[in-house]
Amino acid sequence: MHKFLIRSFVSSLVLLFTLTVAAVAKDVKAAFVYIGPTGDHGWTYQHDVGRKAVEAAGFKTTYVEGVPESADAERVLRQLANSGHDVIFTTSFGYMNPTNKVAKEFPNVKFEHATGYKREHPNVSTYAARFYEGRTILGTIAGTMTKSNVIGYVASFPIPEVIRGINSFTLAAQKVNPNIKTKIVWAFTWYDPGKEAEAAKALIDQGADVIAQHTDSTAIVQMAEKAGVYAFGQASDMDKFAPKAVLTSVENNWGPYYVDRVKAVANGTWSQKDTWHGIGDGMVVISDLDSQMPADLRSKVKKLQADLASGKVHSFTGPIYDQKGNLMVAEGKTADDGMLAGMMTYVKGVEGDIPK
Amino acid sequence: MIIDINFIGLIIASIMASAVPLILASCGELITERSGVLNLGVEGMMIIGAISGFALMTVTGSLIIAVFGAMLAGVLISTIFAFLTQTLITNHVATGLALTIFGIGISAMIGKNFVGIPGKEFPVLFEGLKDTIPLLGPILFGHSIVFYFAFSLPFITSYFLKKTKIGLIVRAVGDSPESASNQGINVRLVRYACILYGGAMSGLAGAYLSMIYTPQWIENMTGGRGWIALALVVFSTWNPIKILIGAMIFGGLTIIQFHMQAIGVRIPVQFLTALPYIVTIIVLVVISRDSRKIRLSTPSSLGKSFHKDN
Repeated sequence: MHKFLIRSFVSSLVLLFTLTVAAVAKDVKAAFVYIGPTGDHGWTYQHDVGRKAVEAAGFKTTYVEGVPESADAERVLRQLANSGHDVIFTTSFGYMNPTNKVAKEFPNVKFEHATGYKREHPNVSTYAARFYEGRTILGTIAGTMTKSNVIGYVASFPIPEVIRGINSFTLAAQKVNPNIKTKIVWAFTWYDPGKEAEAAKALIDQGADVIAQHTDSTAIVQMAEKAGVYAFGQASDMDKFAPKAVLTSVENNWGPYYVDRVKAVANGTWSQKDTWHGIGDGMVVISDLDSQMPADLRSKVKKLQADLASGKVHSFTGPIYDQKGNLMVAEGKTADDGMLAGMMTYVKGVEGDIPK
Repeated sequence: MIIDINFIGLIIASIMASAVPLILASCGELITERSGVLNLGVEGMMIIGAISGFALMTVTGSLIIAVFGAMLAGVLISTIFAFLTQTLITNHVATGLALTIFGIGISAMIGKNFVGIPGKEFPVLFEGLKDTIPLLGPILFGHSIVFYFAFSLPFITSYFLKKTKIGLIVRAVGDSPESASNQGINVRLVRYACILYGGAMSGLAGAYLSMIYTPQWIENMTGGRGWIALALVVFSTWNPIKILIGAMIFGGLTIIQFHMQAIGVRIPVQFLTALPYIVTIIVLVVISRDSRKIRLSTPSSLGKSFHKDN
């Protein structure tokens, strides 16, 4: 009898708790606006993984995929704000102006814009990830693992985000191997498997034995697998696509941030913020390190990961020179966020010019 | 940089590999157009082939079922087009465009469950012979069966159109459906068959992309190759052998450009992306200056509906 009482007491507590969660879930509705299809297994896919985490935390979510970065975006945002959503995540750089414009019309709806810098109204926050920290790790691995000393890099578009990645990668690779050369090929696409594979093949044919990528599809790691060279996964863990080629992946992990922010809306504690999280906050995640890497490299990478997370090591620590030999960051200093956000020059050691 | 002869072989081999889907889809569309039907749905049929091939490969595990299934899917979707344009006599251009939009949409819907699954390895032939001959080794050996089929298809197509009776019937139907009909040829049947054949080849082209070239499924993975294939048919002035040359040029543009980038030479990418279409327009302008040439190479009734009772 005694046991029964305790049991029913516990179960009613659980029930009460569940009901409370359900009540909260009913209250807050989050919407997500995607640039691509959720089926891209890249940028949008990872945002959608984050959305599912919000759903799993007990909140209602909706999403609109394939929204062009034009007047269409405004229309979609207005509709979402009108249909009772409390917080709207806009997950592409091009939504910056539409987000701010619509935010003005709906002061009670919270807006969260990814990778932008405009927060014109108190109900607009911005967030981005320090992917360049992940690239410091990839550069370290690439510089160590290459035998030909030629590293290929498939880039998407010449914007600060991508230039920063190339610089961070090259600085790290040079640190462990001063003889390396980074060959860059611009694919001028974020997502075109055929083109990406062709770009990777061109680099491999020209002697690259490690390929890094800043485009989103898995075509590059598959090409590397076929050609017997190394590669790194982008945005999500791509190991299963190329088990021999992929040494590790840099994953975009938006879930914790999304859950945090939606919870803040539910609790009424949401306030405007500019978030730029890296490895330390778990927004940038390094996948399992492949066993093909020598044990000492793996432990070195683990340590570097911990130091990047704690802030002991910064990806851009001086002295850093640009291609012409001008000092960009003085010895002992690190690049500040303003410099990182607008980085449009290559560091010394990167070959070629930035296309216009 | 030292450019050795094997390096050139590798570049040519990658250009040929990128030309395969263009050759397949163009040769299929060429037969369709030769019968007087303009099917602008190539992109849609290709993407349907891509998802069908990939889905069947994942579900059944059999590459043979997947390849033939993709061709069958191309046939099925082109049946819709054939029914609309031949039986219900709808406008070819509008129906073809609708087919492309339909194909892209439905492939995305079916494909939702196949995202993020790695493809299977497709067997290649004569892998061991690759290093035996310099330059020619990587060009001739170590490719999939679809690759060899694609490179023989223009010759087969050319022979079919010029030397066989059925080929002659196809051309007759395309040039003058009225006379062909008066000769007792079932114009509608011939056109149906040509449309379905075009669908099968587009389906195979799509399967090549999702199963061999970049073995994975993602939305919109054909990336406009269907439109290039269409442009290629015009570029070739309906000559299968010229399709072979055109596909190498169109497919090779990006690859050459990537190699130039890696070496350090820059060409504006936007220009290169537009180049296939610019070249096609130039070819159109050139051939339309000579009325005799148009009459010789263009199927006279292309895109025109045929009413039997006329």
